[in-house]
Amino acid sequence: MSTHIGFDFTPPDVPGKVTGEIKYAEDYKREGMVFARLLTSPMPSGRVVSIDYSEALRMDGVVGVFTADDLPPVPPPGNPALASEYVTYVGQPILAVAAVTEEIAESAIDKIRLDFERRDFVVDPIESLTPGGSNAYPEGNCLVRTQEEGPEGAPIVGAEIRDIKWPQSAIDAIKSGKEPVGGEFTTEWAFGDLDAGFADAAHVIEEPFVTIGYPHHSLEARTGMAYWENGKCYFHGSSQSQSANNAGLARMLGIDLADLVFINEATGGGFGSKIGPYPFMAITGNFARVLNRPVQLRITREQEFYIGSARSGMQGWIKVGVKEDGKVSAVDLVIVNDGGATGGGSGNSSAQHVTVAFQPESMRYRGISVYTNTTPRGAQRGPGQNEMASVLAPMTDKAARAVGMDRVAFRRRNVLDSDGFQGGSQGPVTSAFVREALDQGARTFGWDEKLALPKTIDGSKVRGVGVGIGYHGAGGRGYDGLVRIAPDGRLFIHSGVGNLGTYSYAGTCRAAAEALQIPWDRCEIVNGRSDNHLPHSSGQGGSNTIFTHTRTNWVAAQDAITKLKEIAATDLGGSADDYEIGDERVYRSDDSSVGLTYAQAAQRAMELGGKYSGQEYPDDINPLTQLAVQGLAGTGLIGVAKDNIPGQGQPPGVVVGFCEIEMDKDTGKFEILDYTAIADCGTVVHPKNFDNAMRGGYIWGVGLTALERHVYDPQNGLPANTGLYQNKPPTYMDVNLNTKMGGVNIPDPQNPTGGRGIGEPTQGASAAALASAISDALDGHLFNSAPTTTDMIINHLAGNTYSTKSLKTNTF
Amino acid sequence: MNSKLTRRRFIKGVIFSGAAATTGTGIYLAANAQSGQSAAERLVTLNINGRNRPVDVLPTETLAYTLRYKLDMTGTKIGCNRGECGACTVLIEGVPNYSCSVLTHNVKGKAVVSIEGVKAADGTLHAVQQAFVDENAPQCGFCTPGQVMSAVALLNSNPRPTRAEAIAAMSGNLCRCGAYEHYLNGVMRASGQLA
Repeated sequence: MSTHIGFDFTPPDVPGKVTGEIKYAEDYKREGMVFARLLTSPMPSGRVVSIDYSEALRMDGVVGVFTADDLPPVPPPGNPALASEYVTYVGQPILAVAAVTEEIAESAIDKIRLDFERRDFVVDPIESLTPGGSNAYPEGNCLVRTQEEGPEGAPIVGAEIRDIKWPQSAIDAIKSGKEPVGGEFTTEWAFGDLDAGFADAAHVIEEPFVTIGYPHHSLEARTGMAYWENGKCYFHGSSQSQSANNAGLARMLGIDLADLVFINEATGGGFGSKIGPYPFMAITGNFARVLNRPVQLRITREQEFYIGSARSGMQGWIKVGVKEDGKVSAVDLVIVNDGGATGGGSGNSSAQHVTVAFQPESMRYRGISVYTNTTPRGAQRGPGQNEMASVLAPMTDKAARAVGMDRVAFRRRNVLDSDGFQGGSQGPVTSAFVREALDQGARTFGWDEKLALPKTIDGSKVRGVGVGIGYHGAGGRGYDGLVRIAPDGRLFIHSGVGNLGTYSYAGTCRAAAEALQIPWDRCEIVNGRSDNHLPHSSGQGGSNTIFTHTRTNWVAAQDAITKLKEIAATDLGGSADDYEIGDERVYRSDDSSVGLTYAQAAQRAMELGGKYSGQEYPDDINPLTQLAVQGLAGTGLIGVAKDNIPGQGQPPGVVVGFCEIEMDKDTGKFEILDYTAIADCGTVVHPKNFDNAMRGGYIWGVGLTALERHVYDPQNGLPANTGLYQNKPPTYMDVNLNTKMGGVNIPDPQNPTGGRGIGEPTQGASAAALASAISDALDGHLFNSAPTTTDMIINHLAGNTYSTKSLKTNTF
Repeated sequence: MNSKLTRRRFIKGVIFSGAAATTGTGIYLAANAQSGQSAAERLVTLNINGRNRPVDVLPTETLAYTLRYKLDMTGTKIGCNRGECGACTVLIEGVPNYSCSVLTHNVKGKAVVSIEGVKAADGTLHAVQQAFVDENAPQCGFCTPGQVMSAVALLNSNPRPTRAEAIAAMSGNLCRCGAYEHYLNGVMRASGQLA
């Protein structure tokens, strides 16, 4: 019987958050610390002709200047920490100045003279593909991968920049919502017989669409503080991940893993933008080494907009064939990705969402990633999947109407199940119960009842009801777990999982307590800095942590249990199989009075040494985990293992959302009356935190579908909304705060605790359900745009067509 | 909300006046708080959390900066430094203010309460803090000190607010994680209206 999994608890860092006592990177000081500030590009595209910082260096209090020459070169399309020759977006860092106070550093920045040579710029990918269109880089305008794309948040490696233009006919076609025949693509996959699929279709829907990127704007602007002692770098950073940062950051600093102490107790939001070490960490650490004193580099809110990464945008075309019985028989999808200045785009992930939502009998995806002179793009909460969910939902409704099906029933007919597939490779999933989620959601929300309500609420106000699906892969395999039973019998669970606010670092530790049947108040989580001896862990992105690290903690605990039994057999006779655990003891199955307490067993482990107390460890654990075990050796009974739990398939995280809005047709404004979401994420590990994740994702979905977007001045390439207010993340006033959240709660068979991740699809479901509701309120009108802002709605209501099915991006 | 004062006007006002405050029902320009600003003496004594704290303050220094970097009171967070997010909210004479938009010299002689001054001297959490823990309200936690300060101010002036009143009072505090419903439930729990 479960005692920890599925029960609420208070993660140990929560009290420190309500008192302000928990420390973020910026909260640390060090004797002799100096402050670094960045000089950034004022123009979207140009060449740095000369830099003169001599006057700045002469200022009292200035201790140094750091430029690209101080770092290894990063050829395009990499994302250099500091620009060397070409600048490709407004806000791109060019150099850093360090001074004894922030004021002096900022004054010194003003004294630096830069000469630029302007280059043509582009903020719209399709404009760049047009014959004669500008290229974001001197080398070209498109990313061409020469090796397979890495996981979300991974730096782009194995890629080159090419100059690709489409024939004018293809440009004209996609702009008018038709297939861009003759356009060149850099990614393509297909399965099934597409021609036969469309031939079988009773109805075909063909639509253009656009999604506009927007910044993460984590509330903690990224900060680093670094210092060096005895050849080791101590680095306080703001990161989503803990252990997953180490190898990359050590490479940035040119040191061995053992010489890096990465400290990250708490992170003020990440949402994909801080999964791994980001470029400017290289400045902080290397500048501190050059100056031989602690350096803090804290960027401004505006700079967080520039270099904090952002969601990619898409301009696309989709054609969907639906059979009379409602089954999707064919999908043809084209995506032109806006990669900003450095991003790879997420078109493939968008196509993956389509496969999960429709499970089409045949499908083709063609994509191309185009650079623009806008902010760098990277992973942002459900990158690709969630923006696709938003624009696909109203089209799905249109398809349902075409075959005369209820919109929930249509989704139920097509969506992923346990025997289904995801992505272009049609890979399997570990399990999926989305139909159960749709049924549960429809009941909880009152779908049928709400559909029966009058459309008109009062005067100009009408009702819109929507449903949507959010999906993201939700788990990984092969990472390590590490636990220690101390001589006093307490369990120390060493976690390399980052603390980005999801509390999954704590929830996953419950798996070890569960396996060892030990009360939570006898457990302690060890995390937050790498010299706490932390194991190799996944990056905290991609909704993977719950699945991935309940498994690692489970296998580490199993290793500890095996050792407990072996020690008991050694001391008390019999074989290990004769023993079991319970009540913090290991005892004979046939006589519970014969046994050892965990404390006694841990003391014996220290006496026995070898594998029992960490002097020996498995060959297959990661070098980082090896270092951690070496650090713990001799301090108790060590449980350490790599997750080799057998199985295959992608664990899916799926959420279905249901939304009711009241739209004022006089103003275009709407109010969310009701929102209900049901997750298919296996066993809910930590109910309170599940609720918080679901509700946070809901807020993000409202931002994606209705509020947030990049806006650039197309004449000068200057960003118009670098701050929070202009960028409009949802506030208390923008959302309904009486939501209903639930889970199917059917265990995933490939996780001993039953859990799968849920972070990202929470947003996709909300974004899709809201887009569906907006369309429903407007009698099925399709904007095919994310976001669909109030001005677009009122334009439509006023009879203007320019906000509908336009592919304009990064502007309006 | 004062219909004459939009958020845009407020922010413009902050830029020009260098000071702003929030109230239980919205945000208004705190122009009066700026009167008397002149060539200030740098060494001032501030009343922070009931203690007098002498500190060397530059004429243009904000209260958020002074708290964090002069007094090592890092519980107050700087999320935007431009009066948009509320992470730096403190109470000045009981009124929630964005400390990034208040000049330190302007709080001389006024009672300032920061997040460090909210829990009891014996370490007992304030009812708002305990309710936020019970509701698992914080996610990343960076906005949490500001949310606590706004909630404390609200309950000091209105011990049993409606949900709508609480939403209005908290609306100057952004939470990028989107934990609004949990914070709101925390406010209602702290007011004794949510078991």
